[in-house]
Amino acid sequence: MIKFIVRRLLLLIPILFGLSLLLFIWVRALPGGPATALLGEKATPARIAEVNRSYGFDRPLLTQYLTYMKKVVRLDFGQSIALRRDVTDEIIRRFPATVELAGAAMLFAVGIGIPLGLMAAKRERTWFDYSAVTASLIGVSIPVFFLAQILKYIFALKFSLLPTIGRLTTTRHLTEHTHFNILDSIIEWDSGALWDSIKHLILPGIALGTIPLAIIARITRASVLEVLNEDYVRTARAKGLRTRAISRGHVLRNALLPIITVIGLQTGLLLSGAVLTEQVFTWNGMGSLLADGVIKKDYPVIQGGVMFLAVVFVLVNLLVDVLYAVIDPRIRVS
Amino acid sequence: MRLSRRPVVVMTEGDVDDMAEIAPRNSLGREGWRRIRRNPLAVVGGGVILFFIIVAVFAPLIAPYNPLDKSWFDQIRPTSIPGPSGSHWFGLDAAGRDELSRIIFGARASLIIGVVSLLIGAFLGASLGLLAGAFGGWVDSLIMRITDIMLSVPGLLLALSIAAVIGQSQTSIIVAVAVPNIPLFARLLRGSMLGERQKDYVASAESVGVRRRSLVMRHVFPNSLAPMLVQASLALSTAIIDAAALSFLGLGSADPGVAEWGRMLTDTTRYLRVAPHLAIFPGVAIMITALGFNLFGEAVREALDPKLRR
Repeated sequence: MIKFIVRRLLLLIPILFGLSLLLFIWVRALPGGPATALLGEKATPARIAEVNRSYGFDRPLLTQYLTYMKKVVRLDFGQSIALRRDVTDEIIRRFPATVELAGAAMLFAVGIGIPLGLMAAKRERTWFDYSAVTASLIGVSIPVFFLAQILKYIFALKFSLLPTIGRLTTTRHLTEHTHFNILDSIIEWDSGALWDSIKHLILPGIALGTIPLAIIARITRASVLEVLNEDYVRTARAKGLRTRAISRGHVLRNALLPIITVIGLQTGLLLSGAVLTEQVFTWNGMGSLLADGVIKKDYPVIQGGVMFLAVVFVLVNLLVDVLYAVIDPRIRVS
Repeated sequence: MRLSRRPVVVMTEGDVDDMAEIAPRNSLGREGWRRIRRNPLAVVGGGVILFFIIVAVFAPLIAPYNPLDKSWFDQIRPTSIPGPSGSHWFGLDAAGRDELSRIIFGARASLIIGVVSLLIGAFLGASLGLLAGAFGGWVDSLIMRITDIMLSVPGLLLALSIAAVIGQSQTSIIVAVAVPNIPLFARLLRGSMLGERQKDYVASAESVGVRRRSLVMRHVFPNSLAPMLVQASLALSTAIIDAAALSFLGLGSADPGVAEWGRMLTDTTRYLRVAPHLAIFPGVAIMITALGFNLFGEAVREALDPKLRR
């Protein structure tokens, strides 16, 4: 097991190496080169030459690459151009916001998706099953940014029930220890801030969680249906086990593997791909950091952010593979 | 007597071709088509796709007005934008243009971006997958590591980064949506080719001395295409949504007049309180189109996947 984990972690090295090379090329491919990106509208030929000299963009590519790699290895991605802050610090501040949002979304998706899929499978070919399947197909077809706006319109503009901007009401102060609002409000023992943070999570969580919800419900249904036809389920029924015991002990347990896979994959995606939801709800997480970075050509942010998220993505996938072995002892990770 | 004139091993390369291609493929194709036609989901999905294509192709004939015509700007107030009415079924947009006409022309942009980007992604992906599957060895390892790297960056992020380099344009969206598809198709084709190679007919073709190139190109490759077809029809729905997402984020055409569903949603964010119809129409248009491709893709999957057959 440990051998497996170590080997998978070692696999990260070539991936990160390749990615850093791509990002290095990416910056040099920016229209007008990195100096223009740095200077923005203030770019004049003289200033561009100056920036090129001071940042070393005029040196041979190989030298530039080696200097860049030396910094990357030390996790130093430089300063953000637009925010004038250290990229690493910015990631430390932003990532918890994304984790909170992804957590809320997965809670919503798993909490409704698995029971929904289970019920649909048990009532196969009834109106309930058909409507669940149709609903999940509609769910994967809704663009997140559209759903987010609809939720915003109904719950905030029409009925002013829930907040739709940011992570905390602006007038409220919360001392930041971990940058996780929920944790921080518990540390500060501030129930008002806790409730406020949770309220801010609801709409973005639902918007972000809908697609995973639809996917999880579908995979649960399909995988439960497959298990229901297995001989051991018939045997369990024949020997008079109660339905509840069968569905917990035999069906769900055996159907869990593909469900875990999908949950893991979706979590990896949510941690990195909440660009659209964060944009609509002005959520200051990794997604909006990167989207702004791309639009403003803030290349240190993009280099650092993409590398960081790739590591997260690979680690989440590794965690899923390890979970396999825990859930299903028949699988030997090797 | 006959045996002495004609040896028992009578299979030529051509015969193996016939067996491998005609026998299983025809039945799978014909059987699959029959299953698709009988599946109500496929009929609904296919109908939506057909409707969408017709609207996109004949947009200038169908649209009641020019999508760029701002003639009704005098009716626009900061506090009220006219909603659906008899003369403007979908209402007006914030610049005083006919929303229905813009939705109809938007179908064009979506169809072109979706189809072209998918074709590029699938073609490049399949070429890489074919190389990996055909040559194996270090070629395979190299290509698989490249796809690993590409897959370690989430699709939308990859698309965003590409769009940043190319700049604001429709081409940029097409390339950006195409590239994340490359590793998916490459892995899919390679995987199904590896599976196909294990089959008996490949061994028998090898044993009668079919050359490797013709074995791969004429037997293994065509028989490995079914999963690609399924992936392609499902990927079209993703391509349309992703294209809309990129133009929603402001990476589409630099010309603000161009009607793109994603962009139309961005433009209306500010007027959500005053004119929710401006968010609903483009949003629902994207959703219905994506749903059509998803329904159809599901049906193709069911028809071609032997495991799902009953």
